[in-house]
Amino acid sequence: MARTYEPISTQTLGSNQASITLSSIPGTYTDLVIVANGASTSGGSMKARFNGDGGSNYSTTYMYGDGSSGVGGRISNDASGIAGSRNGIGSQGGGVMQINNYSNATTYKSMLSRQFGQNQIQWFSVGLWRNTAAITSIVFTDESSGNFTTGFTISLYGIKAA
Amino acid sequence: MTNTFDKIQTVTVGSGGAANIEFTSIPGTYTDLKIFGSTRSGSSSGNQLALRFNSDTGSNYSRKLLYGDGSSVQSFSGTSETYARFAFTQSSTFTASVFNNFVIYIPNYATSLTKVAGAEGVTENNATQAEASLHGITWNSSAAITIITLLDSGSTNFAQYSSATLYGIKNT
Repeated sequence: MARTYEPISTQTLGSNQASITLSSIPGTYTDLVIVANGASTSGGSMKARFNGDGGSNYSTTYMYGDGSSGVGGRISNDASGIAGSRNGIGSQGGGVMQINNYSNATTYKSMLSRQFGQNQIQWFSVGLWRNTAAITSIVFTDESSGNFTTGFTISLYGIKAA
Repeated sequence: MTNTFDKIQTVTVGSGGAANIEFTSIPGTYTDLKIFGSTRSGSSSGNQLALRFNSDTGSNYSRKLLYGDGSSVQSFSGTSETYARFAFTQSSTFTASVFNNFVIYIPNYATSLTKVAGAEGVTENNATQAEASLHGITWNSSAAITIITLLDSGSTNFAQYSSATLYGIKNT
């Protein structure tokens, strides 16, 4: 049986950081899975940029529950996509992001993001990056411009279809 | 490069049903845990599935829920609960032989951090009522998770052929 689900890289923060970069992502897998767990100084969602693209090329269509109502909406022409973990201030956030067919050079890239965490809203979204390039790097920031705090972990996995 | 997604244990409920599905002696050698389950209740009560970590029955669990039932979307939360609800039960009154499906992801389960988990679940009834749900779970404990118990919040049994499999995921 071929090995098909493999760790690519992991980072655990030794100090507060404004961003986390996953670089040199190999193109040898079919799909990517990113797991994030930790807190931030401002709370809120992680945002992702691919290949350093800070243009208005991202959109996110989402639904979430805040404990009292369910909400759906869309963010268009954004400079980054909502993805990864939803973090609390001093409390544990968590999330799993999946990017299927990330390494082809012909289609726009889409991603699924499931966010959960300690007393956080329950979030599920689909994101789109309007670019056909293979994804080779991802930079995560906090949507409220806070820092990811010490101990924050992010792990990148690759899945091979063959 | 190591393989990182390993099966730890599968539990399948036998004839007569069972009050819980339990994973014991979970090794601390993985980074994250993931559970795939397919269950059906032996009861018509229509409760929710719940879990406990390390057999902790204290009021140490909280949750938030988003769900749709085919006609509306709602969200609820709970705090200081004695278990963490994570999916809807497939009632015994639902279409025969149909089981629910759920997935639970638990990151950093072996660390001293407060434990959080995300769960997605669906029930199906080839008639009317069905639910799709997202749950976020918090267990206010710094202990490493070594036991996971799945149960019905209405204290009813799982039906025969209910099953769940626990996987371990390593990030190195």
